[in-house]
Amino acid sequence: MKKKEVLLILGIVAAAVLLGIGLMLFKSNDGESIRITVDGKEYGTWKLDEDQTIEIKDTNVCEIKDGKVRMIRATCPDHLCMEQAPVDENGGMIVCLPNKVIIEGTNTAGSGNGGGVDAVG
Amino acid sequence: MMRHPVTPPKHPGYQQTAQLGLFTALASILGYIETLFPVFAGIPGIKLGLANLAVLFILIRYSWQKAALVSIARIIIIGAMFGSMFSILYSTAGAALSLAAMTLVLARTDFSIITVSVIGGVTHNIGQLLIAMALMETGSLIYYAPALLISGVVTGILIGALTGELLKRLR
Repeated sequence: MKKKEVLLILGIVAAAVLLGIGLMLFKSNDGESIRITVDGKEYGTWKLDEDQTIEIKDTNVCEIKDGKVRMIRATCPDHLCMEQAPVDENGGMIVCLPNKVIIEGTNTAGSGNGGGVDAVG
Repeated sequence: MMRHPVTPPKHPGYQQTAQLGLFTALASILGYIETLFPVFAGIPGIKLGLANLAVLFILIRYSWQKAALVSIARIIIIGAMFGSMFSILYSTAGAALSLAAMTLVLARTDFSIITVSVIGGVTHNIGQLLIAMALMETGSLIYYAPALLISGVVTGILIGALTGELLKRLR
């Protein structure tokens, strides 16, 4: 392999690392709650500190337990969403591509920091 | 690192047809083996890209048209047997972008197989991510991009090295 090729590959890795750092700085999720989106439209937000199961349309069911959300049922054929890492207070995301369902950690009430302290449930 | 042959070896037509069929079957089996692995690191879309081994081999030994043929046949076979309309759509987006990028790099540069394979792996993941973002109508999926780029590089190196060995041994 030539030097140019090594540089190209290292460049891709560097770009990925920089993008990762940038996204982490930009995100600043405190993950107190989750937002569920279906087909690009917001389906609702839920708090993480309350254990419950949520039915998402007729296609998916997710469960909040001990501050963690995971998908427990899905009608899609591959069930990849049920194997993804749970969303917890550190944020994260579960995606069910066939049913277009996204569960992601968000800031409470969406206004983020500095918007006043939310009532603690 | 060995150079890829500039001109494909001359085979009688029937032998070439047999090889294309063989590699379509190989690509399908490799794709099936991949569905047996669980999701890596909790991120959907991270795969070894084993099927790319067959596609890359055909691309270097024959032409991009034949590689596209093997790729399309593989996507339809795997999609119909183990996937869905959606998995066919994602596979097509990734495979098309990846094959186009690898063809361009092979034609315009004298990069080694490993580099060509890395470019194929990375562009495959970019293609899948873009089509997922378009279908889901969300930008949130960009958070998967760093992991998908890195995994494209790692699996690209592996598949490139394997394909290089294969090209050396199969005449």
